[in-house]
Amino acid sequence: MKKFLSLLAVLAMVVSLCACGNNQAPAADTVQSTDDSGAETGAQTAAGVMPAIAKEDIKVGVIHITDPAEGSGYTYTHDLGIQGMQKNIGLEDSQIVRKNNVNDSDATAIENAIRECIEEGCNVIFATSWGFMDTCEALADEFPEVIFSHGTGYKSNGTNFNNYFGRIYQARYLAGIAAGLKTESNKLGYVAAMGQDNSEVTGGINAFAMGAYSVNPDCEVYVKVTNSWFDPEGETQAAQALVDLGCDVIAQHCDTPNPQTVAEQNGVWGVGYNSDMSKDAPGAVLTSVMWDWSVYYTFAVQSIIDGTWSGENYFGGMNEGLVTIAPLSDLCADGTQEAVEAARNQITKEGFNVFDGVIETNDGSTVGADGSTLSDGEITGSMNWYFKNVVVK
Amino acid sequence: MSNTAENLRKEPLLRVVKRAELPTGKIILLRLLAVLLSLIAGGIFIACVGQNPFVIYMTIISGACRSVMAFQGTIKLMIPLLITSLGVTLAFKMKFWNIGAEGQIIFGATCATFFALFFSGLNHVLLILIMFLSGFIGGGLWGLIPAVFKVKYNTNETLFTLMLNYIALHIVSYLRDGPWMDPGSQGFPKIARFDKNASLDKLFGIQFGWLIALILVVLVFLYLKYAKQGYEISVVGESQDTARYAGMNVKKIVLRTMFLSGGICGLAGMIQATGSDITLTTSVAGGVGFTAIIIAWLAQLNPFAILLVSFLFSVLEKGSSVVQSNFGLSTDCADVLQGIILFFILGCEFFIRYRFLFREGNHGTDTVKKEKEG
Repeated sequence: MKKFLSLLAVLAMVVSLCACGNNQAPAADTVQSTDDSGAETGAQTAAGVMPAIAKEDIKVGVIHITDPAEGSGYTYTHDLGIQGMQKNIGLEDSQIVRKNNVNDSDATAIENAIRECIEEGCNVIFATSWGFMDTCEALADEFPEVIFSHGTGYKSNGTNFNNYFGRIYQARYLAGIAAGLKTESNKLGYVAAMGQDNSEVTGGINAFAMGAYSVNPDCEVYVKVTNSWFDPEGETQAAQALVDLGCDVIAQHCDTPNPQTVAEQNGVWGVGYNSDMSKDAPGAVLTSVMWDWSVYYTFAVQSIIDGTWSGENYFGGMNEGLVTIAPLSDLCADGTQEAVEAARNQITKEGFNVFDGVIETNDGSTVGADGSTLSDGEITGSMNWYFKNVVVK
Repeated sequence: MSNTAENLRKEPLLRVVKRAELPTGKIILLRLLAVLLSLIAGGIFIACVGQNPFVIYMTIISGACRSVMAFQGTIKLMIPLLITSLGVTLAFKMKFWNIGAEGQIIFGATCATFFALFFSGLNHVLLILIMFLSGFIGGGLWGLIPAVFKVKYNTNETLFTLMLNYIALHIVSYLRDGPWMDPGSQGFPKIARFDKNASLDKLFGIQFGWLIALILVVLVFLYLKYAKQGYEISVVGESQDTARYAGMNVKKIVLRTMFLSGGICGLAGMIQATGSDITLTTSVAGGVGFTAIIIAWLAQLNPFAILLVSFLFSVLEKGSSVVQSNFGLSTDCADVLQGIILFFILGCEFFIRYRFLFREGNHGTDTVKKEKEG
């Protein structure tokens, strides 16, 4: 025992020695960073907060949580956006570096992936998944000359680290109309990646529920949470459980098209997410809530080339073309097209913003006030209540 | 004579026979041959997916070492591998099958995280010291549990240590989803990033865990080779009865060694969490505990060989990630490649110790073969 204690003491001494010995470390770091920033000498324009980067010097690093080859979900859709941006702006293939299958709960893997991009000369990093946020924040600090743009989170620093997302709830409202008109059991199922505390998911559920309520006040939205953005098996099980509860339209906020396939197998209908999922389940999908990320990626890269990058967060909607729904399939009920178009007009032309006025929640309280609408901050940050026809299963 | 013939007929077509000890030169030659064969087999696989094997291999090496930043990334991967391999080596030397390094890493990291989250205001050096100790003790206790049951009830330590891995993992999930959830994360289950004060400092641009790892290489080497306790470990490993006969307290040695083994693994977890991840996630061990077992055996439980082998493993892992982005090769392909290389190298260890005998051969050819090998 005595020896063991002395071993511990030796260990402690070694440790304290190391702790003292690393004072030179920051110096090594600074040298490296200034080395990199010397490469870019663009003049800073009045509007932008970062120097402009010439088109041929742009190099984009993309951090994907899965592989775009999955062919339907979140990563696929983001990669379509990157490809669209590449085409719109005219970048070479060599100007895009993709890091696929980066585990968003493995901080070291995320950091290594981003560092590899920077090492290969990337000056713009698009990190597409929520879990990449903290690492982006830290690296944005370490590499002030690299622009970090992070999708779906809430952190930013106003200069080289911004956040981008969109008013996907607008599209979900339209999808809710299609679902509300179609349902016969008046039970709509919703496979949700995250629980009530997550504003992004909860806001989407509310918009969907409100869209459905606007055309069918009798229907209810049954929500099942998988607690993961990407969980093929869990999403399948959740969808099946909802079908078993009597739901006849399965909507989803998760990455794989599995809920739609489950709907098709059970002879019920569904509303896809991310890309047009009628390719995965043509016998079930009424429409899909879709992103066109190329709108943002093109805007962001163009503004960097023009020197107008403002470092502000991006929150585009239907007007910008960032969100939309897929063309309605023949499975939709009669009159759906007209109802959806009317609502689309309200949103794009008449200033309807879904979360307007007083909204009743499912615990009997109310949110919002007459004549006003919820702020973007409330929509993205504190939407932790459910609309009155939502039932969590 | 007819008796022998009958025996021959009863023999299976192929039989595995233990070899006499091979000379060192020949062992090295066999291992090099295995590496070469694995590269050829891997090359065929790469060619099958439509890439040039030579370019891919060069990219793996250059991707891991092409720049200071790349090299730093490689070392960062190496730190937990190296420390954990050293940890399991202590237990393996005693023939105690500790395959619970994964859990010991996680629990060590969890204990250290407690201080990182709730005592982040302490003096930096003091806090780091406390986290080191808590990581060590946490991992040690996690290793001690199966050891206690082993000496008391003679439970199977392989299963016991393995099962504890999952318990440790789910403790982290529980803490992440509940009591330790980042209050600012809007419902996304994660633990907050540590305060700068609670994260390890950097030395030459890499968290200074690498220095600890190097020191541990020397310490473990000295401990096993020159310390009385190290000698006790190998005696217990060879034969518990001999150890008992020599008057050693086997139970005490087993408990002590497993505490040290788990403690070093816990240290790896603490270093990974506070130096590389700067948070606690369910991937803090990320398979390191299992890879370390392979590394420890490939290196024949020699600490300096472990240093080399864990470096090579890190090069392979870091380089594969560059291959993925440069050639659009799926990350799964990199895993297949790693599997092929391991298959050959581990297979070679088998052929160093054993050889095949065919039934056709009579005793005469058997001796001829032996002579050739000699």
